[in-house]
Amino acid sequence: MSPREITSEKLLQMYGRMFRIRQVEERLATVQAAGELPGPVHLYIGEEAIAVGVCAHLSDQDWICSTHRGHGHFLAKSDEIQKMVAEVYGRATGVCGGKGGSMHVADVSKGILGANGIVGGGIALAAGAALSAQTRGTRNVAVVFFGDGAANQGVLFEALNIAALWRLPLILVCENNGYSEFSPTASVTSGEIWNRATPFGVPGRPVDGNDVREVWAAAGEAIERARSGGGATLLEMRTYRLRGHVEAEKSFLSRSYRSDAEVEQRREREPLRLAMAALQGAGVTADAIAKVEEKERAAVRAAFEYAAESPWPAPGAAFEHMFA
Amino acid sequence: MAKKRMVQAINEAITEEMERDGSIIVLGEDVHISPVGDTRGLIERFGAARVRNTPISESVMSGMAVGAAATGSRVICHLFYGNFIYTGFDAIANQAAKLRYMLGGQVKLPILYMAMIGGGRSVAAQHSDSMHPMLMNLGGIKIVMPASPGDAKGLVKAALRDDNPVFLLQAAGRGGELGEVPDGDYTIPLGKAEEKRVGDDVTVVAIGSMVKPALKACDELAARGISVSLIDPRTVVPMDYDAILASVARTGRLVVVDEARKSCSAASEIAATVAERGFHLLKAPIGRVAVEDVAMPYSPVLEKAVIPDAARIVDAVLKIAVSRGVAQ
Repeated sequence: MSPREITSEKLLQMYGRMFRIRQVEERLATVQAAGELPGPVHLYIGEEAIAVGVCAHLSDQDWICSTHRGHGHFLAKSDEIQKMVAEVYGRATGVCGGKGGSMHVADVSKGILGANGIVGGGIALAAGAALSAQTRGTRNVAVVFFGDGAANQGVLFEALNIAALWRLPLILVCENNGYSEFSPTASVTSGEIWNRATPFGVPGRPVDGNDVREVWAAAGEAIERARSGGGATLLEMRTYRLRGHVEAEKSFLSRSYRSDAEVEQRREREPLRLAMAALQGAGVTADAIAKVEEKERAAVRAAFEYAAESPWPAPGAAFEHMFA
Repeated sequence: MAKKRMVQAINEAITEEMERDGSIIVLGEDVHISPVGDTRGLIERFGAARVRNTPISESVMSGMAVGAAATGSRVICHLFYGNFIYTGFDAIANQAAKLRYMLGGQVKLPILYMAMIGGGRSVAAQHSDSMHPMLMNLGGIKIVMPASPGDAKGLVKAALRDDNPVFLLQAAGRGGELGEVPDGDYTIPLGKAEEKRVGDDVTVVAIGSMVKPALKACDELAARGISVSLIDPRTVVPMDYDAILASVARTGRLVVVDEARKSCSAASEIAATVAERGFHLLKAPIGRVAVEDVAMPYSPVLEKAVIPDAARIVDAVLKIAVSRGVAQ
């Protein structure tokens, strides 16, 4: 699959979804700073191309598992902006009824098994979803998004081994955003992450994770291979975390772990900027782009109003849902 | 009805349920050969797509069980020795026990995790733990601990129809004893205790492997004129406190027997709950017979010193019975 195969219509659609994610995350940063959220948030700003480029190939019957930085994955696969934001607000109308919050946003009806608070926690779950899809004879696949930090969890190697042995329809998407929490990736990670698949006989490759066209093409190829029985793929999406590990981190860190100049320099190749340039290159008019942006802005604004006005859960709800 | 060993009863239950429900799959180390015997013949009968022999990779296995169960399969995850629960514990504690709750009830997790627990076979500390108390503390997980082949069949069949993660903890040390196993569709509801002996002087609650020495203790105590109400909870989550309290209401005396280490054991939890809900029923302090807070040793002499036996149960009963003058 080649990035050139993307129509300008598809590109605009993906840009719109990336723009939506950016809008949600920027608003969450604002309300978090204003003290309106009950818990911490880990924002996806700067990494939007990955979730959008991958999920563009998936149906509601395909599964994804994601990370503590999971709002983007949710919004790339589900249209329920209101329910997601309400969940981050801890409200009864949240997609998990206020039980999960930011680190557990999930919409099972759309094939989203959830963000996950354990680094690497989604890897085995997705391998299980892939096994289930395979055993039932479907053409569905499972995708796990995980960070460069999770690439150092042992379960990745167990999953690569078993996925290779059983040719599981599993796509392992590593989002290498340069930082494992507060440590530069290179200081805690040896070698190349994509190359960790090679000894298992699983194809692995690095991808420009900030260019949605490159992500779309690489993911499309891997997903098609998985659907047709060709087994797993490891894609290392190279990106950059423009926000901190967690919002308000400066309030508890005793010193900075990266320079402002570094962040500014990386902003030049951030995914929305690249997608915008691609749209212009494809002849999409400024007017058409502005129309999409305005629609997304309005939807996100409405979602935040809905969330802020939603009721808190009844305290008794804390005692439901442990067992089916 | 025929006499069978516990592994045969479990095998029969799994086979019948897999026959009945095509969504059941099996994951586990050496499940094709089945050194334990409980998954023997499954791969021949149901094929390698449904019966998956796995690498020795408990981290991914225990988590795959959750992912597969959340997406439409019913999963049997065979973890072999109970101590290997620890190597697969992240997904058990952080995913299996919590995913449904965190997601506000969006998923069901029909998983049967199986493992052999307890001592008595000289396999030392890393193959002999009884970790049910740790699992009880997670919430979100049911735990069945059959003490007889018949119960094993009924509980396994019920567990495989349950929509929650269930642990089947089979006592490794019980050897190849035979027991009556009902034929066909026989289930035991989870959370229903059985009163194995009816008596009026003392209530003894014995868990899993401890039912056998407790039965022996009942005979010895009967010879001394003490009648014991012996309760086998069969499942420790859910725990049938109503049955335990009903017995204590008759006897006014309680001894709990557990092969777990005493601190925070299931015995401790039962004792605490009875004290909390039934203090007014008690005529004597509650006794706990459990493993002292040591690891399981290797040598059979040392192992015998650690694992509760009939003599220790008799002593514990006599202590509270004698003190109130029940015994002659």
